[in-house]
Amino acid sequence: MIAHAIFFYTFSIIAVVSAIMVTASKNTVHSVFFLILDFISISCLFIMIGAEFLGMIMLIVYVGAVAVLFLFVVMMLNVAQQKNQWFAGQATSKHIPVGLIISTLIFFEIIIVIGGWKYKPEIFDINNSLANTSVSNTHSLGQILYTDYIHVFQISGMILLVAMVGAIVLTFRQRSGLKRQSYIKQISRERTEGVEVLEVQSNKGVKIDD
Amino acid sequence: MEYLSIVFQEVYKILFLLVPVLVSVAMIVWLDRRVWAFVQKRQGPNVVGPFGLLQSLADALKYIFKEIIIPSSSNKVIFILAPIVTMTLALIAWAVIPFSATQVLADINVGILYLFAVSSLGVYGIIMGGWASNSKYPFLGAIRSAAQMVSYEVSIGVIIINVLLCVGSLNLNDIVIAQQNMWFVIPLFPMFVIFFISALAETNRPPFDLPEAEAELVAGYQTEYSGMMYAMFWLGEYANILLMCAMGAILFLGGWMSPIDVYPFTLVPGAIWLILKILLLFILFALVKAIVPRYRYDQLMRLGWKVFLPLSLTWVVLTASYLFYFNLLPVN
Repeated sequence: MIAHAIFFYTFSIIAVVSAIMVTASKNTVHSVFFLILDFISISCLFIMIGAEFLGMIMLIVYVGAVAVLFLFVVMMLNVAQQKNQWFAGQATSKHIPVGLIISTLIFFEIIIVIGGWKYKPEIFDINNSLANTSVSNTHSLGQILYTDYIHVFQISGMILLVAMVGAIVLTFRQRSGLKRQSYIKQISRERTEGVEVLEVQSNKGVKIDD
Repeated sequence: MEYLSIVFQEVYKILFLLVPVLVSVAMIVWLDRRVWAFVQKRQGPNVVGPFGLLQSLADALKYIFKEIIIPSSSNKVIFILAPIVTMTLALIAWAVIPFSATQVLADINVGILYLFAVSSLGVYGIIMGGWASNSKYPFLGAIRSAAQMVSYEVSIGVIIINVLLCVGSLNLNDIVIAQQNMWFVIPLFPMFVIFFISALAETNRPPFDLPEAEAELVAGYQTEYSGMMYAMFWLGEYANILLMCAMGAILFLGGWMSPIDVYPFTLVPGAIWLILKILLLFILFALVKAIVPRYRYDQLMRLGWKVFLPLSLTWVVLTASYLFYFNLLPVN
């Protein structure tokens, strides 16, 4: 039990400290690395409470894909240019009220959720079905998601798809004058049309490209 | 005291797993160069030790005694962390690989997800190394590899779903046991081919070695590394390749099970069969390196997103419909 507590506190301290460092560090790339550390320690905490499926999905989705794209974008930004911009220096104070409002909102949301859990345990009927420990938690998650909540699950998938299509449509632009490789054209080329013998007259030249 | 003895037992087990893995990584480098040489009608490394077997050890020794150069304008902490991350991630994944029904370090419920998660984290070593070097070639290599590895992970994930549909469990031992009657390579052969090619891309092996394409990027993300740090990148890379081979062997080639279920074959321990299957896949990896020319970057992306992803997704639908129609879905 002591070992369990030690691990729990180690991971949670790392999670909290790295969450603070995400906002505190000046270098944006460092922020993303701290964010990754945060994700990893949160997934360790998930595994510690026995939610191994959630922990692994957290690692795969957030650390393996989302954070990579984050890092990708942040590295592309010009870091030297950022130092003089709005989020470093005096102008920061403008954003503090907005941040405060949002964080108070989140704080009250958390209080409501935890309070509900504490004083009205029966409102969470998912809780009871998950407590069935005879099946692994991947199975029980699947059993709930694909039976009782199948419509919600499908709709959330559709929303993600729509978001993806929307992002592609917004950023897609047709560029003209590009040479594209056509595999069918390349493969179906015959020798007779590939080679052409021309009589070149002196001082005239020939037009090769079409 | 009791707790300590448990810890020591686990440490002993871990050492018993990791030391052979590290030694086999060294051997596999030798095998890689040897196969490559034979395809090109050369001898390959054959001087140090019998058949040149000790060549990799000699190389490692050389790297240990070389100076570690850290560029003055690099981001030092991340620069040093990058090879450590690569190697650690390549080694921790071996914890869940089953060598027989009982010989596995951690027999966890979500074994295949763990493997997938760890292999998808592998990209961080490369990105960190490339960014922290603060130089053009490593950065370009890192950017290339980030895009490449993320795209091919998608198809590997979908292929894993195919296998999981037939198994009904995320446990690696269950996956192996589900192949008792027929290895998944037979019913899911197209998926095996796609998995193999995606594994090549995922581990940055030729013909998809764009992150370190020496003709364009010097050595890609490892350009600024030297000495032991370079050797760690190199070890991690080959440990990852072995891991991908092990994953292929477990998902499609029946893992530790003997190919024929008759008397003299079943006597051979499961670990030997698994190692033989890994070696088979690795020799295929090495042959591909020798035979196929490097892909262009747009071709690589086209292959990943426009060919492999639709194909494997369609195959998921096919597998699921087949299993559902013939009532073969593994329900427990």
